[in-house]
Amino acid sequence: MESVLGRYRNLIILMGVLFLQVLGLAVQVKRGGGEIENTRLIRVWAVDVVTPVERGVVWVQSGIHSLWHNYFYLRGVRAENRELKEQIERMRIEQVRLSEDAAQARRLQTLLAFKEQFISKTVAAQVIGSSGSDLSRIIYIDKGGDAGLKRDMAVITADGIVGKVMLVYPSVSQVLLINDQTSGVGVILEKSRLQGVLRGTPAGEVTLERVMSDEEVPVGETVLTSGGDQIFPKGLPVGTVGKVSNGKDLFLNIRIKPGADLSKLEEVLVLVEKQDRQAVAEENVRVRASDILAQRLPSVPDKPPADANVAVPGAPGATKPPSATNAGTKPVGAQRPQVAKDQSSTSTERVPGATPPVAGSGPNTNQKLPSSIPVKPATNPKPSVLQAKPVDDPALKPAPPNSAPPPSQPQQPTPPASENNPQ
Amino acid sequence: MPITYTSGEQVEVYRFSIPATIGIPLLALFLQAFLPRRFPFFAYFDLPLLVTIFFGMARRNPISGLLTGAVIGLMQDSLGGLPLGLYGIAKTVVGYGASSLGVKLDVENAGARLLVTLGFYLVHAAVYFTVARGLVSLTLNWSWSRGIIAGLANAFLGVILFFFLDKLKQRT
Repeated sequence: MESVLGRYRNLIILMGVLFLQVLGLAVQVKRGGGEIENTRLIRVWAVDVVTPVERGVVWVQSGIHSLWHNYFYLRGVRAENRELKEQIERMRIEQVRLSEDAAQARRLQTLLAFKEQFISKTVAAQVIGSSGSDLSRIIYIDKGGDAGLKRDMAVITADGIVGKVMLVYPSVSQVLLINDQTSGVGVILEKSRLQGVLRGTPAGEVTLERVMSDEEVPVGETVLTSGGDQIFPKGLPVGTVGKVSNGKDLFLNIRIKPGADLSKLEEVLVLVEKQDRQAVAEENVRVRASDILAQRLPSVPDKPPADANVAVPGAPGATKPPSATNAGTKPVGAQRPQVAKDQSSTSTERVPGATPPVAGSGPNTNQKLPSSIPVKPATNPKPSVLQAKPVDDPALKPAPPNSAPPPSQPQQPTPPASENNPQ
Repeated sequence: MPITYTSGEQVEVYRFSIPATIGIPLLALFLQAFLPRRFPFFAYFDLPLLVTIFFGMARRNPISGLLTGAVIGLMQDSLGGLPLGLYGIAKTVVGYGASSLGVKLDVENAGARLLVTLGFYLVHAAVYFTVARGLVSLTLNWSWSRGIIAGLANAFLGVILFFFLDKLKQRT
């Protein structure tokens, strides 16, 4: 017996070590499907050994990089500064338009008592390492529990989402990337509003699952977070649709190109605080919801001005004489285009000839839709980008000069839309 | 007399100082965790595996080889997000195999090292694949082309790396 044990000693020890590891693996799988909290102690040791070196190297590296770029290599900085200032100007103008849209979205959210999630606090962190394996897409960041990080917090960049915090140590955290095969994120396509689940593949790609094969998903469409996973707030950029093909069963095989370059991450933001709060509209002026929606919907070309002043019976915002409206009021033929193009113009008028087709415009629809929502006042002095554009569409041009203007309208020809620009 | 770590049972058995025994695997783990973020192609390499093969072949003791592989593998598992034991089992097998092979074959020349490293890379990948699919139910796809390309890349790197690590060997 002893001779047998001695002869096969190496093999027996090998079997013993393998058996112990298989047993440990089975216990981990049994306890929580590979839940890594069960083995936290061993992981803490490994992380404590490896990450201090990584932090040191990253610190030295960023110090050298900062020294070079901030003190020595300043070539082209003035030109870049000039370009950035121009870019800021362009973005300011764009912001005016977007703020109008956002204000309207808030008004509608107020109307429907929606709750929004706001990112109230983020912590910037630096990527210091990875799992070192292409089968486990993990990164380590240099912020941990001491900085307020907790498990399941979202990790993002300006370009798109990155992943979620998996394990938190005092000064380091482990982040599971969205291209890991065990990750899942609720997403929505920006235009088609199709919802699906974003998953990683063993090869490190990102796919969108659970989209039926009879749906049309155009390549290049933007993918946003849907907020359904309770980790990422709704509306964060994820990436774009890269490739669409028929997959197994009834679902499409959609490959997503992540917005953030997951293989070259250096700095990330961790969302440490989110707030649920109800949207609050900014203004107290109230108009019908149908009027707001009518502005957004496409309309048929304007009718001749002869019957243009016929108000919609019963509509509370029916056409008023020019004296009753603000200074920006135009003849009827020009009113609809201006409304369609310019969100800053009045919403309190019912436009004859324009389509009032939404469900909320009739008297009986108030049961479904509240009758009024707050909007901005008509005399909004903010300049609008869209306001400055001349209108070329014949359907959007003022009434022809030989047609009789309505009695209640001014006699002078309608100025082009650009002339109404407060600027 | 310096403190050393070796099996001391076979001829041409090498030993390593304690700093080398601890420092080289830790350095390999650190580089494996650090470099792929800066150089994505480095994810093809498996430095902890190369270190396991090197120590196994140099010591020529199956028990120390399998223990070295188990410790390095478990450390590597600890840095990832998957259950502990996937790399541990694979590297235990490789450590045992490398040290057993080192007893029987001359693995000192570059050609033998190239082939041995390629072979053990494939063994490592096969064991990992089997355990990951069989025990943890991970979705993995076996790719011969990727395995051979990565195996050759690791084999070439191994030949160079072993050349430098040979300097740390101490004859018993």
